[in-house]
Amino acid sequence: MDFLFPMGLDPSIHYEMQVYFGLDGSYFEQYWKFWRGFFEGNMGISLSDRRPVTEIYGERIGNTMRLFISALLFSICIGVPLGIIAAVKRGTVLSTVIMSVAFLGYGVPNFILAIFMILVFSFSLHWFPSSGNTTWMHFVMPVFALGFSMMASEVRFTRSAMLEILGADYIRTAYAKGLKEIIVIGKHALRNASIPIVSVIGLQVAGFVGAVVLVEVVFSLRGIGELTVNAAIARDYPLLQFGIVLWAVVVTGVSLIVDLIYGLIDPRIRTVK
Amino acid sequence: MKEIHISSLRKNRFVHGILTADLIIKICFILIILIIFVCLFAPWLAPYEPNAQKLLARLRPPLPFDRSLAGFPLGTDELGRDLLSRCLYGMRLTIGIALIGSLISMIIGVTIGTISGFVGGVVDNILMGLVDVQIAFPFTLIALLVVALLGSDLFTFMCVVGVAGWESYARVVRGHILALNEEPFIHASKVAGAGIGRIIILHMLPNAASSIIILWTMGFAGVVLLESSLSFLGLGVQPPTATLGSITGYGRNYMASHPYMAAIPASLIMSISLVMLLLGDWLRDTLDVKLKKEEVK
Repeated sequence: MDFLFPMGLDPSIHYEMQVYFGLDGSYFEQYWKFWRGFFEGNMGISLSDRRPVTEIYGERIGNTMRLFISALLFSICIGVPLGIIAAVKRGTVLSTVIMSVAFLGYGVPNFILAIFMILVFSFSLHWFPSSGNTTWMHFVMPVFALGFSMMASEVRFTRSAMLEILGADYIRTAYAKGLKEIIVIGKHALRNASIPIVSVIGLQVAGFVGAVVLVEVVFSLRGIGELTVNAAIARDYPLLQFGIVLWAVVVTGVSLIVDLIYGLIDPRIRTVK
Repeated sequence: MKEIHISSLRKNRFVHGILTADLIIKICFILIILIIFVCLFAPWLAPYEPNAQKLLARLRPPLPFDRSLAGFPLGTDELGRDLLSRCLYGMRLTIGIALIGSLISMIIGVTIGTISGFVGGVVDNILMGLVDVQIAFPFTLIALLVVALLGSDLFTFMCVVGVAGWESYARVVRGHILALNEEPFIHASKVAGAGIGRIIILHMLPNAASSIIILWTMGFAGVVLLESSLSFLGLGVQPPTATLGSITGYGRNYMASHPYMAAIPASLIMSISLVMLLLGDWLRDTLDVKLKKEEVK
């Protein structure tokens, strides 16, 4: 706390400031105060903005959720079909190309992808704006930069899950019955493969958060990730603290949703008590 | 005599593996050797001190472009510092941090995994619970918090980066130890009166070694990425000392007019992580016999 005050500050003022920020009690009292504030909805006031931190985050969470959900949808819509194709057509050039793209997405950190995208699409081609969040055009590149790495891992897992299922006996039976390929793959294989796929997506949500933070910073998208980072750099502790709490809530919430979907897909999980 | 024979055979398999590998893997090996060479000899290779400023030669682009200066092959930054020298030193620091960081996480992970697998019971439950927490919570945020609270000198930073990723080692090593516990040769050595330490170090860990090495290759790439993302955000090593991530971060401010300042270090980070991941994939395919069998099935 001391670094916030100017040098040679009067000790009495120093004490008053400590009381003002509630730092005079023991660690236990401070912790108790934190939890009381947490349940009363009073999470403190930003040190630099002089506004309640809940208000500041309230303005920004919409942007982050929009980015996060659209990137997730984008990655699922592209990644899962590509993974299926890579599994069904394994050994062909198409599958190799898909897996190489997925590997690239896995190995290229997304802030670097974002930087190259800004260089190409904003500064050279002038297609998309490089930063901000006012129109849907501003979201195209962040969503792609974020979704690309998510997509890469989904392709890999979808492929391995599908490969495992495609070797099963009931798939051979389905083919032997004379069902069309699209029905075998879409109905018999995908429904069974989707269980590991969904659980992998759920497990990776936590990892995606770090990516969201970086992408928001690169594109100056005013979301909660950028806010958390700036709070950390400026040592705005109330702001940072609530940011971490909020992220924990977001991650837990998304994991819960994924778990519910899990039960929706697999009847066996629903009936287990 | 017998031991020597086995080890030379192993080495031969490794060399043989490299020689028969794909072209991409051979290129990767050459690149790795190049990177190690550059990191070791950065002070002799770099034409300038990484922090030496030359304000008259500010913001010059790389060689073939307009306004470039002969002495600065990769151009200069906003303070007239030579980008080539900065990238060389930055890469050295990045690799160094990643090496130490990944070793720390390996040591933590292997220790926890061994304890958890060997002791079992309540201890096992608690440690595996910790692993689940580590997986569920976004580590970038923990790193942000720790760096903001403790400041970021080099040592803290290495520890923070090192704590990431231990959970994968812990899980894998625990699995190996649980499986090995049932093996006849472990029973035999227990009967022969071998101590716990001897069993773990001489009999169990060597059997887990190939998995650990593979995880380490992957983990190394992960640590490089984590380090450069944190440095990119401005939470890494303090300036003027630079890693590849922070050079990219500063370059971002000049991206509209001087794209090379961000693009050069960014592509270096990208190539390091890609090379390590490719090698990790290849190692997994060659060393991990169990996994290979599954693939064939």
